Amino acid sequence: MKKYTKEHEWVEIKGTEAVVGITAHAAKELGDITFVEMPPEGTDLIVGDVLGTIESVKAASDIYAPISGTVSGINKELEEEPAIVNISPEGKGWVCKLDNIDLVELEDLMSQEQYEKYLKESSRK
Amino acid sequence: MMESENLKITPLNDRHIQLGAKMVPFAGWNMPVQYKEGIIAEHSHTRKHVSVFDIFHMGEFRVKGKNSAIALDRILARPVADQKPGTCRYGFLLTEKGTVVDDLIVYRIDDNEFFIVVNAGTRDADAARFRELLPKDVSFADESDATAKIDLQGPESADVLVSLGLEKESLPAYYRWIKTRISGIPCILSRTGYTGELGFEIYFPADKSGTMWDILLGQKNVKPVGLGARDTLRLEMGYPLYGHELNLETTPVEAGFAQILKLGEKRDFIGAEILRTSQPKKRLAGIELDGRRAAREGTPVFISGRESGKVSSGTFSPSLGKAIALAYFNGESEISVGTEVELVTDRFRITGKTTSVPFYKNGTARK
Repeated sequence: MKKYTKEHEWVEIKGTEAVVGITAHAAKELGDITFVEMPPEGTDLIVGDVLGTIESVKAASDIYAPISGTVSGINKELEEEPAIVNISPEGKGWVCKLDNIDLVELEDLMSQEQYEKYLKESSRK
Repeated sequence: MMESENLKITPLNDRHIQLGAKMVPFAGWNMPVQYKEGIIAEHSHTRKHVSVFDIFHMGEFRVKGKNSAIALDRILARPVADQKPGTCRYGFLLTEKGTVVDDLIVYRIDDNEFFIVVNAGTRDADAARFRELLPKDVSFADESDATAKIDLQGPESADVLVSLGLEKESLPAYYRWIKTRISGIPCILSRTGYTGELGFEIYFPADKSGTMWDILLGQKNVKPVGLGARDTLRLEMGYPLYGHELNLETTPVEAGFAQILKLGEKRDFIGAEILRTSQPKKRLAGIELDGRRAAREGTPVFISGRESGKVSSGTFSPSLGKAIALAYFNGESEISVGTEVELVTDRFRITGKTTSVPFYKNGTARK
């Protein structure tokens, strides 16, 4: 089950690891993604740290750690084909994996329903 | 969620929205940056097939009178007096200091009439300057609001016009224009463009915008393309964009256009004195970056560890699959091609090499 942040990241627990990526909304806002900067394996992250950057033709956006942890893997396919993030932002377009995680931190994040509500409210300016 | 901010809209605004365009402000106008397929698909489509661009926002002036040729010849950086009717000439409006007020294209209509196409953001300043500089017996009219412009660009663009009934042999040659009709709509059709591909720019009455757009989009393989791809296409060709490579702090010599100015000839024009007697303070060069990550405008450029310049435009190049940039290097000498550079911000350090432009070498513009 995915949880979501206000900065449009998602996180999903798979065993002892957390998989992290950007949401479909974020990918759509960015447009065609041309480059993904991913953190080196072994990097220790505290929730809210910048873990990488996603660039599109027209924009660049930081990716923030939705929970704390240590980078245990990155999606190497994004190096050659960053467009995978556009095609499958919440599936094949995952960015990195974290271990040494504290599940309690997930409670601060939004459910899918809450995130969708958040998007609706943000767009009503 | 409407952010009008007093943005102007083109006559095609509703159509863009219906086509699913992402609209953004540009030079005071609400313009499509991309449609549903995205910038990279739109860019590739233009290089492979044919695209239409809504360019209503650019300005069009008409200058007329017995002395119009002589008057413009003294105002503009490139000669006008020897320009033949039926031709287009790319040039500059300069300040007394030789710096660029705008880049523009002059269409000579006949001996005493000129049609001048200028950028959207500079249109009002250009009009004011022309009005100030032209003698009283030369008339000046800003026809921008009554004139629509649609760019038709791509290797199949001539085919589109032929399928609409124009004779292939009657289509203008490179940098020439003709008066014609497209589905009955009177227009000026020039073989010019900003993509590096075979293409045309079409000028016609603004109230026919919807009809012209619909007719063109109805032709085989024609897709709508926005300003995002317009920028990646021009940057791949090394074409300057006013506000980036050209501005009030930059001369056309610095931007690499010394050759077309023919400063060795005796002609006197605004800015000539300074351009003939002073050295450039900087030089524009192309950079191919190592990798996909783009360096944007303002990124410092280093040569052998010393800060030597700044990026004026940078993007990911869909055709090359890597990032490219145009940058101004300090100093009067041109930078040799193949010089290793580093682009450095507090977020990244990217290596690259200077290169000749165009970056993309297979454009069909002159075919």
